[in-house]
Amino acid sequence: MKILVPVKRVIDYNVKPRVKADGTGVDLANVKMSMNPFDEIAVEEALRIKEAGKAEEVVAVSIGPAKAQETLRTALAMGADRAILVQTDDEVEPLAVAKILKAIYEAEQPGLVILGKQAIDDDSNQTGQMLAALTGRPQGTFANDVEIDGESVTVKREIDGGLETVKLTLPAIVTTDLRLNEPRYASLPNIMKAKQKPLDTKSPADYGVDTAPRLKTTNVSEPPVRQAGVKVADVDELVAKIKALGIA
Amino acid sequence: MKTLVLVEHDNASVKDATLSAVTAAAKLGEVHLLVAGSGCSAAAEAAAKIEGVGKVHVADDPAYEHQLAENVAPLAAELMKDHDAFLAPATTTGKNIAPRVAALLDVMQISDILSIEGEKTFTRPIYAGNAIATVESSDPKLVITVRGTAFDKAGAEGGSGTVEAVSGAGDAGISSFVGQELAKSERPELTSAKVIVSGGRALKDAATFEEYIMPLADKLGAGVGASRAAVDAGYVPNDYQVGQTGKIVAPEVYIAIGISGAIQHLAGMKDSKTIIAINKDEDAPIFQVADIGLVADLFKVVPELTEKL
Repeated sequence: MKILVPVKRVIDYNVKPRVKADGTGVDLANVKMSMNPFDEIAVEEALRIKEAGKAEEVVAVSIGPAKAQETLRTALAMGADRAILVQTDDEVEPLAVAKILKAIYEAEQPGLVILGKQAIDDDSNQTGQMLAALTGRPQGTFANDVEIDGESVTVKREIDGGLETVKLTLPAIVTTDLRLNEPRYASLPNIMKAKQKPLDTKSPADYGVDTAPRLKTTNVSEPPVRQAGVKVADVDELVAKIKALGIA
Repeated sequence: MKTLVLVEHDNASVKDATLSAVTAAAKLGEVHLLVAGSGCSAAAEAAAKIEGVGKVHVADDPAYEHQLAENVAPLAAELMKDHDAFLAPATTTGKNIAPRVAALLDVMQISDILSIEGEKTFTRPIYAGNAIATVESSDPKLVITVRGTAFDKAGAEGGSGTVEAVSGAGDAGISSFVGQELAKSERPELTSAKVIVSGGRALKDAATFEEYIMPLADKLGAGVGASRAAVDAGYVPNDYQVGQTGKIVAPEVYIAIGISGAIQHLAGMKDSKTIIAINKDEDAPIFQVADIGLVADLFKVVPELTEKL
């Protein structure tokens, strides 16, 4: 079985994003970029399945600018076998990403696609579900545990009230939640080796996908700023404040 | 505009999150509901009583019992032939199903909306709530998930919707429900609690979390939340997590104890009306958003606070 892992290059999760003064977006110039944290978990899970002898190949895919190559090299350094970069300087919405991934899915015929549950930049949480719909395959979203058994995969999902377990017929689409695993660090020798691994560069047109956005962003603004608060000196003062709020 | 709202339910009763989605839908036009379940007539009747509801489409079939996306999405997509917008609460159920519906309709979903600015214009948070984007859809139909804390809840009583049975394709045959483990709690549900007491990594372990956080929460009749660090360390189950990747809450009062206030945590609670922080590090980022802060060792002050309230 082959596992396909889509990864996205996003602003590093430790960076506090700054909104541009003209309201056109978030300033990404000279900002540290990294692999989306949920995607690191997806790569890790794919590698663990391969290491358990349940998959032969892990293919990483990214859709984005030339620099997304770095993100793919990170996936290769972690242990992915090869990579595909669908290069475009346009911003590609989840629906178009899902369409490109569908074309790659059809070409590669993976048994499993593992994606992150959401990207920490647009916070959409859509791509995996959309890919599942377009390919007509089952989806195991917000996975906390993934167990391959023969022709199916059992996925434990994080839901609002606790956990839910579903069984999906392969090929299936899985999206990762934070607690699925602890991603490994790429070692220096592996980073060096990753430079030799195959990386194909394609364009959205190669897959016949129109990436024109369906949603127009007319403005991006700072969220409302909270009023500065007060610090209290001791518990008695805090008790008085809480009582004044009328909750105790 | 005719809207179709996905009702979140357990086949017997309607979950609260649906009510906020109904409020959002009513701003767009006529409100129809979709109750997909099995033996779900009680949930359908409850749905019909929601204020402002017109028609309630009920699909009662064993295939819909656990609202698996593979089975529910084609049903919703079929009903969308007669509707202009599909709305779902931005809960794990809504987030699981709605994008599948959107892709079947070949439209982009608008996730987690905060407000409705026009017939096709909405605001939504991006970058963990550090920016608010205004987006305008050019799609013929809308698919939207609604952030519960951003819209008032429609009244659960007083409506007089008409219940109409519908049938869909049923079981797609590619997925099945195996089981679930729901966390049992006597406390108010996190996303609807008026007061939340939340603990972080500083609580040290599960027993300490229990010992310091729970009595204070009980005294205030509060829901209990946690930071990711506390969940990862196993102090509490993962459905307690508040943040970008956990639950988004906006209670009247949020009390953060031993939580530093990382960007990802703030994304889940910074719309709370009043934020109270107790932390021994006076430079902790949580104090930048807290209305009331106390710089102190939680192990000293929390028991004292609990006693004096």
